[in-house]
Amino acid sequence: MGIDRRKFLKIAGVSSLVTLGGGASLLALNSPAGASHGEVEHHAEGEEVKAPEKGVKRWGMVIDMRKCSEHKDCTKCIDACHYVHNVPHFENRKEEVKWIWKEEYEKAFTDIGTLHKYNPKEIVEEKFLCLCNHCDHPPCVRVCPTKATFRRPDGIVAMDYHRCIGCRFCMAACPYGSRSFNWKDPRLGLRGRKLNPEFPTRMRGVVEKCNFCVERLAQGLKPACVEACPDGVLVFGDLNDPDSEIRKVLAENYTVRRKPELGTAPSVFYII
Amino acid sequence: MIEKALHGSSKYWAWLAFLGVLIALGGACYLYQLKHGLGITGMSRDVSWGVYIAQFTYLVGVAAGAVMLVIPELLHRYHTYEKVVVFGEFLAIAAVTMCLLFIVVDIGQPARLFNVLLHPTPNSILFWDMIVLNGYLLINIIVGYNTLLSNYKRVPVPKWVKFFAYVSIPWAFSIHTVTAFLYCGLPGRHSWLTAIMAPRFLASAFAAGPALLIILLLIVRKVSKFDPGDRALQSIAKTVCYAMIANLFFVALELFTAFYSNIPGHMHGLKYLFWGLKEHGHLYDQLVPWMRSAMLLGLVGIGILLIPPLRRQTKFLVIACAAIVYSTWADKGVGLVIGGFVPNPFEEVMEYHPTFPEISIAIGIWAVGAFILTVLYKVAIAVREQELS
Repeated sequence: MGIDRRKFLKIAGVSSLVTLGGGASLLALNSPAGASHGEVEHHAEGEEVKAPEKGVKRWGMVIDMRKCSEHKDCTKCIDACHYVHNVPHFENRKEEVKWIWKEEYEKAFTDIGTLHKYNPKEIVEEKFLCLCNHCDHPPCVRVCPTKATFRRPDGIVAMDYHRCIGCRFCMAACPYGSRSFNWKDPRLGLRGRKLNPEFPTRMRGVVEKCNFCVERLAQGLKPACVEACPDGVLVFGDLNDPDSEIRKVLAENYTVRRKPELGTAPSVFYII
Repeated sequence: MIEKALHGSSKYWAWLAFLGVLIALGGACYLYQLKHGLGITGMSRDVSWGVYIAQFTYLVGVAAGAVMLVIPELLHRYHTYEKVVVFGEFLAIAAVTMCLLFIVVDIGQPARLFNVLLHPTPNSILFWDMIVLNGYLLINIIVGYNTLLSNYKRVPVPKWVKFFAYVSIPWAFSIHTVTAFLYCGLPGRHSWLTAIMAPRFLASAFAAGPALLIILLLIVRKVSKFDPGDRALQSIAKTVCYAMIANLFFVALELFTAFYSNIPGHMHGLKYLFWGLKEHGHLYDQLVPWMRSAMLLGLVGIGILLIPPLRRQTKFLVIACAAIVYSTWADKGVGLVIGGFVPNPFEEVMEYHPTFPEISIAIGIWAVGAFILTVLYKVAIAVREQELS
């Protein structure tokens, strides 16, 4: 009876290969970007996709609520976005389509760490801007069966409205409620409104959401919401560039993100 | 052999005609949905899946349940099931067909359905669900049809058919495991984010499928000369009982973990299902009667099946099976999917009310399933009756 050294090493080697292989394939399934998790340091918030390469942009946004809350009834950014993208408006909440909107503090930040009843009244009563978080690890992209929603190298989670089959798996997967479905012909919700001929309307039966104004970025413009805000609430820029304005703002202010415990790594930051 | 389905009593044709009417009504409503979009349903931005996906989930379980007859017959040589297994396989065919139809009607752009094949995406669980469900349908058609054909021709079942029968065993487990993965891998949906989802799905499937099968076999006994035999029925009933106990045990585990840990996110979904959630002074509790009756009738079913003198009486057996079919249906076909969306990611309660056309489409699909099942069972009964003569 006995396993000699050689045999033991053989078995150990093979079984660890099998284990590693199985684990690696599971991880690969979990991350469409194909990040190799093994090399990254453990971190409570989850790992970064990969170290930024030179010249690769990573778009992000900071929302400064100190400035925003001074203009409670302002909807300029929302109006601009919904005009630029021909986002339909339906009265019935059931049919609602929205790309950017305002939400109460306790609804936007449901992660319990930030919620308690002794919070300053003005924060609790503030309305927080909500939009797609363009996550580093977007669950919507993970579940989409046709790659109709995908993560671009610059971090933007984009939609192909012509490929989407309307299964709404991405809506179930998004922890931020950022996605809307066209339950009806969206043009019914655009009647009597000024349209933007530069951006297509969608058809019914597909999902849509904020695209970080990818079409404007391509022209060297800032996102419509950022441009529309007269109070400098929204700071947009390249997170990979240490000299960018957004990185400066992030370095100088304490910021939070929505539901960081889910490991999605959102790229929208809030200054409370 | 198939032509046997064309010779039937007037009752047989009347039943098929009745189902045809339901199918036509569902079909008309589906045309309406195609024209106006999914806005005609009760689904919303907050509850973005409804009756369709819920029925789909339940029926995957019914389909998987057939394996509870295949395993004893094939692996344990329990030949009491020899003449009955095909009825389980035909039930699986009807159930999987309904599953696929429920997916088709739920999709916003059905004409683009084949994008799933054109752009295969292995990181999407829906991709794998498509593979396992279509595969399971194919396997059951192959095995069910060829087994019956061999019986019809009075020759032994070919070996290659047996091969597919063996394959169907792990495959049955896969369909419901993958279906559970659709739900339990989503961050931020607390009521679904539970590792016990797949085992619970399997337990409820192995109760629901065989319980429905017992009722169907009792109908077969009534309308034909073929008798599945008390021994087979009683054995299936024991399987139902074990599986249902496991299912309710898993429910209890969910409740314990959520409420003992006292983590609000984990409790909210269950609170909504079993007690209702209060928001702005209003108690939202429309699913509470469904869930509570599901639990109660599940216990009643188990109670009857646990007492042999009761279980052996056809009347009580039917009551127990009907109770368990209802229980598993309300739990999975009503509570699980819809409850998973409440509260929504903003911790708001938005309830869901299915509409008339939506329910008609669902009934239409159930009627398609019943139609397929009737025709297949007619053929199977004809072959079994021929064996008697």
